Amino acid sequence: MPEQHYEPEPAVAGAAIGGTVDVGVEEAETLEKRPKGRGGPGPRDRPRSLWSDAWRDLRRNPVFIISGLVILFLVLISLWPSAIASGSPLKCDLARAQEGSRPGHPFGFDGQGCDVYTRTVHGARTSVTVGVLATLGVAVLGSVLGALAGFFGGVWDSVLSRVTDVFFAIPVVLGGLVLLSVITSNTVWPVIGFIVLLGWPQIFRIARGSVITVKQNDYVQAARALGASPSRLMLRHIAPNAVAPVIVVATIALGTYIALEATLSYLGVGLKPPSVSWGIDISAASPYVRNAPHALLWPSGALAITVLAFIMLGDAVRDALDPKLR
Amino acid sequence: MGRYVVQRLLQMIPVFVGATLLIFLMVNVMGDPVAGLCGERRCDPATAGRLRQEFGLDRPVWQQYLTYMGNVFTGDFGTAFNGQEVTELMSTAFPVTIRLTLIAIVFEVVVGVTLGVVTGLRRGRPVDTGVLLFTLVVISVPTFVTGLLLQLLLGVKWDWIRPSVSTEAPFAELLLPGLVLASVSLAYVTRLTRTSIAENRRSDYVRTAVAKGLPRRRVVVRHLLRNSLIPVVTFIGADIGFLMGGAIVTERIFNIHGVGYQLYQGILRQSTQTVVGFVTVLVLVFLVANLVVDLLYAVLDPRIRYA
Repeated sequence: MPEQHYEPEPAVAGAAIGGTVDVGVEEAETLEKRPKGRGGPGPRDRPRSLWSDAWRDLRRNPVFIISGLVILFLVLISLWPSAIASGSPLKCDLARAQEGSRPGHPFGFDGQGCDVYTRTVHGARTSVTVGVLATLGVAVLGSVLGALAGFFGGVWDSVLSRVTDVFFAIPVVLGGLVLLSVITSNTVWPVIGFIVLLGWPQIFRIARGSVITVKQNDYVQAARALGASPSRLMLRHIAPNAVAPVIVVATIALGTYIALEATLSYLGVGLKPPSVSWGIDISAASPYVRNAPHALLWPSGALAITVLAFIMLGDAVRDALDPKLR
Repeated sequence: MGRYVVQRLLQMIPVFVGATLLIFLMVNVMGDPVAGLCGERRCDPATAGRLRQEFGLDRPVWQQYLTYMGNVFTGDFGTAFNGQEVTELMSTAFPVTIRLTLIAIVFEVVVGVTLGVVTGLRRGRPVDTGVLLFTLVVISVPTFVTGLLLQLLLGVKWDWIRPSVSTEAPFAELLLPGLVLASVSLAYVTRLTRTSIAENRRSDYVRTAVAKGLPRRRVVVRHLLRNSLIPVVTFIGADIGFLMGGAIVTERIFNIHGVGYQLYQGILRQSTQTVVGFVTVLVLVFLVANLVVDLLYAVLDPRIRYA
């Protein structure tokens, strides 16, 4: 599955430490990057955190702004699709099948005579729901298990790490076909559950590695020497500094999960009609592609832009959290 | 070296057992292996019961798994729904998918590494930005969309190629499907090589090589590229399993009768033996590919030696 495919970026784990590097170094870097006087009056007095630094970078990054706006738009239309496409995506008129663009129907009609524009707009909800919920599930499960494994080590760490090896050995689209083909429920939940089941090992590895790196820092050792309990160490000292790589990978993964849902629906095991999903529409349009290519192109384009927006957002966040990569 | 290989082989065993057991459970517990044998209709209870007994499906799952794996290691993968031996299906399907995967890997290595070197050496220039943006787009567009669009453009609109592949699937017809299969990985290889080259370009050994007066070509190919390829080789090794699994989508689009096609048919017709058999082989391929990659490290990087 596509989401296994990330550029391994070991440097990201290091970024987490950047947040606590002494201020002198950070200031020097900042001065190098920006002309004097543009930094504003405030920040000089107190040390800036990794997060506020990253936010300053992001606000100036056109990639972040564009992808952020696209995502905002997608979230809005998936919450209120009727605001820009008032018709029902299930109202189809076979007599108009495969017709091209008409006034009032800018994207034309598909093979069943459904309005492509309405279906494309309404399809956003499925993609965004699956993407967001699956990412939340994967991130929570993966980072909790990963953090525990990295923090405590020992037998459970070895066992869980072997379990992730097992999951990595199963090709994802294949696992999806096998598992989802026996499920008859036609909602987003089986798809989300499947993505969480096969997706958590990726975040597990990132979170585990990140926690192990942060754990060895002096400030953690100092807190431990002062008698801090494991839970306090974990929540107050390690987690805030280890979470950056998880956020970056999760953002990029969100895009790939949307692509995965569409792929599974295209193969006929994700969502099935009468659900509305870009994958279903693309699959339904492919036999008529000679006569009605528009029915294929519009949902494909929407899908590609959505995935692109999330991956670009992830890239921008990574650049902001890890200035060394520039 | 020998000890390392043995150690790695031993480590592979639990992963292999775990992955195959997981698939075995998914297919046998969640689906009904007998249901597919009666065709479209429901089996009547008596027939179903007899079939269950005949195939040993009335025994506990772990016993079924052990029997199955025992058979697999003696080369018996069982029979598919239509009475064909699964090994027979494999012998027609795997050559096709292996050809497809080979083409995809050649694309990845040749195009991906070349683009990576070119952009890595010209970081920040227009070429670099252009290629980087292009890879981002390729990564973002799901494979099935890329495939359908290229098929529409090249096969239907411009009529350059045949939109679907014949049963024999010769190399020439697999070129476009191979490129589609490779596309996402190709973009990753480009980005990986680019990062790696750009990083190593400032290293001491490159400076030494340049200072010695070696021609630029030799510095890039012999010194820079060889050391920058290590992460790329890891990626491609892990990618072999992904490509063979991902072939399901590509093979469906171009109607190629390979592993993905057989698996898809097996799943549709609930042919347990086909699905579990093919997945078992795919998992093995994935594990062996990863082992080979680890051994290749020592060849590429003289600093790594396996005791």
